[in-house]
Amino acid sequence: MIQSFFFNLTELSVGQHWYWTIVGYQVHGQVLVTTWIVFTIIRTLSLAGNRNLKEIPDGLQNLTEFITEFIRDIAKTQIGEHNSSNWVSFLGAIFLFIFVSNWSGALFPWHVLEIPNGELAAPTNDINTTVALAFLTSIAYFYGGLSKKRLSYFKRYISPAAFLLPINVLEDFTKPLSLSFRLFGNVLADELVVAVLVTLVPLIVPIPLILLGLFTSAIQALVFSTLAGAYIGEAIEEHHLFPNIFGCY
Amino acid sequence: MNPLIASASVVGAGLSVGLAAIGSGVGQGTAAGYAVEGIARQPEAEGKIRGALLLSFAFMESLTIYGLVVALVLLFANPFVS
Repeated sequence: MIQSFFFNLTELSVGQHWYWTIVGYQVHGQVLVTTWIVFTIIRTLSLAGNRNLKEIPDGLQNLTEFITEFIRDIAKTQIGEHNSSNWVSFLGAIFLFIFVSNWSGALFPWHVLEIPNGELAAPTNDINTTVALAFLTSIAYFYGGLSKKRLSYFKRYISPAAFLLPINVLEDFTKPLSLSFRLFGNVLADELVVAVLVTLVPLIVPIPLILLGLFTSAIQALVFSTLAGAYIGEAIEEHHLFPNIFGCY
Repeated sequence: MNPLIASASVVGAGLSVGLAAIGSGVGQGTAAGYAVEGIARQPEAEGKIRGALLLSFAFMESLTIYGLVVALVLLFANPFVS
């Protein structure tokens, strides 16, 4: 009885989905549910942390300020000192969403909640989520480059030489592909490894792997936002002929 | 299900992870070796070296993960099974 309960907790259901039909489209319901839970967690934390701001931060405000500073640091190192402030919110949204959803997949006992088909898990466990995030990144760097450089943005396709045009065009497709597959694969691999080990040895043994999973999923959130920042920075960087001699921008 | 497709998929799934693991294994080994060498030369830079090492590990590992994604597609969402 107890054993079957634990086996139910680790049921493997890759490729099983809880289909909802919304305006004629089939969507994966379990992803929507968990995504909204992740949104709620982030929103609650940030509202609770910033409700009454103090000069000397304590408790949750400390945490939110630390996270904000961390994200600003990523943006600053990847995008550059004077452009980064526009992109902190984008990178922060991506980082926080991926981080909270990865950790919620490992820490939250989703399997206790029964759904008709499939299982509740981290939203990034579904390739549609990661592809959406990767396309958002593509749109962001195209928007950044076009709004900054107008049509001269397209010069980068023929730099450093014109015969590199196909490779440069191809890069626009491989960027979202690798971003989405990396995140999806890592999250799914973590969950699969833990699930397989729990079916073999249900006690103690999977714990180090769960911790490793927490670590890698945090690193993947960092990698995704770092790469998004790098792509945006690459798209909007300017080759200054005359550096600003006044030292202010 | 066609048994030929099933067996070929299983073998292919195994091979895709196994072969993909070779490259990133070699790469991670090389990177870790140089990182240890760097720490031995300059122990005060350990924090920076570790950060860069972990970030580059994530990139190397993702190459194996691509193989894993292919294996998972073959096992759970095989397009050749009608």
